[in-house]
Amino acid sequence: MTVARIWRERGRRYRLEAARCKGCGKVFFPGRLVCDKCGSREFEEIRLSDKGKILTYTVIRVPPPAHTYETPYAVAIVELEGGGRITAMVADCDPEKLEIGQNVRVVFRKISQDGEKGIKFYGYKVVPA
Amino acid sequence: MREVAIIGVGMNDRWGELWEKSLRDLYVEAALRAIDDAGVDHIDSMYVACMSSGLFTGQEHVSSLLADYLGVAPIPAVRVESACASGGNALRLGWLEVASGASDLVLVGGVEKMTDVDGSQATLALAAASDFEWEAFNGVTFPGLYAMMARRHMHEFGTTPEQLAAASVKNHHNGTMNPVAQFQMEITVETVLNSVLVADPLHILDCSPVTDGAAAVILCPADQAKKFNSQPVKIAASAVATDAMALHSRESLVTIGSAKAAAEKAYKQAGVGPGEIDLAEVHDCFTISEICLVEDLGFTEKGKGGEFTESGATALDGRIPVNTSGGLKSKGHPVGATGVAQAIEVYKQLRGEAGKRQVKGAKRGLCHNMGGSGGTSAVHILEVM
Repeated sequence: MTVARIWRERGRRYRLEAARCKGCGKVFFPGRLVCDKCGSREFEEIRLSDKGKILTYTVIRVPPPAHTYETPYAVAIVELEGGGRITAMVADCDPEKLEIGQNVRVVFRKISQDGEKGIKFYGYKVVPA
Repeated sequence: MREVAIIGVGMNDRWGELWEKSLRDLYVEAALRAIDDAGVDHIDSMYVACMSSGLFTGQEHVSSLLADYLGVAPIPAVRVESACASGGNALRLGWLEVASGASDLVLVGGVEKMTDVDGSQATLALAAASDFEWEAFNGVTFPGLYAMMARRHMHEFGTTPEQLAAASVKNHHNGTMNPVAQFQMEITVETVLNSVLVADPLHILDCSPVTDGAAAVILCPADQAKKFNSQPVKIAASAVATDAMALHSRESLVTIGSAKAAAEKAYKQAGVGPGEIDLAEVHDCFTISEICLVEDLGFTEKGKGGEFTESGATALDGRIPVNTSGGLKSKGHPVGATGVAQAIEVYKQLRGEAGKRQVKGAKRGLCHNMGGSGGTSAVHILEVM
């Protein structure tokens, strides 16, 4: 994987940069060029909150190659305060004790790396609040 | 637009881990059988449904490869990819080509060779059907996405693991009567619940398998169909719909919007409602998808899919038999081939050729084929002519 592919997403992955449609207010993460709800092409740049609630979650027990050494691990869909949803790994938790509705906080973490000697990929995970 | 009929079908003898067969072997075998079954001496055009020959075998440009090996070059051939809905999407394109009058004889085939890579690579290839940068990058797998739908469905509607398992048990039962099926054995709810967890709450027996296989059909204008086939089957509706790619971007985590939209269009096209469907093949890549689909296709109310399935309403002798072929769960799920094979099962049922799993007096059947976690749905309604 080239550095450019990871670099171009830095604002989103490291700072949760998102967009709010100026036409209807819908929040997009990642941002888009056109709103699927109202068709507007004008957006305001925003940052998503780092606080949210678990809408649903699972514990991955059969991983893809990048996550073989951390299995089992939890993944959740999180609704952030003020709008925007993310799919993220849930770190620093007992996967058996998660619950729908639970409060979580977004943190900056290493996500995976490109093979044994490749670049490291960073991004967001969530932890119980 | 002309009416279109299916006049010939073909599959491999049995789907499964077919180590002795390559992608081209699988496809050409099924396609030749369809051509022979229809009794046509040529085809005008071909659509090849294949999700990920690149990640599974390293081979792209399979439309040309397969036209070459099928001995039909220089006809036009195009590969159709929309993840696990590739087959349904290809069927729609073949239907459009015949309906429009552009071609008379079109072959729609689907294939996937999935066992040339190990399980971990297969998991990666399938995860590419999600929104890679914003789902798979963050560690979620394909079963993981459906597991999150299942968890939410349980939370909102009280659906139980036993109700999910009931879909798998029924599909395995139907599969015992299908000679093509990868897994021809009965299982029980206890076997499902005691099987290893893949992504909580989904066990391995809630998940469709990794499968090698191919399926092909021949389409022609309905008014010419009886020249080739005494009992052709009409495509009464063909509809495809899309939805938000990432599960987290959907309006609802428990409704498959693309299935609802495609079904609505298909019912309108065919001029029927869900109550007039005699059987359905639906995309049970995971047990939760069958539960959601019997709701979203209109066979039962939203939230009642678990109860409906557990009650036997979708069994062979139920109100609306679902996945008489054994479904993806038991018949196997070679992703590119699945949507085409669903149409073949309905074709056989409508011709009274389904053997022990025959639904008596079936006149109209529906197939629903889905890509990703619901980003694409293809719905076809087939009728006796």
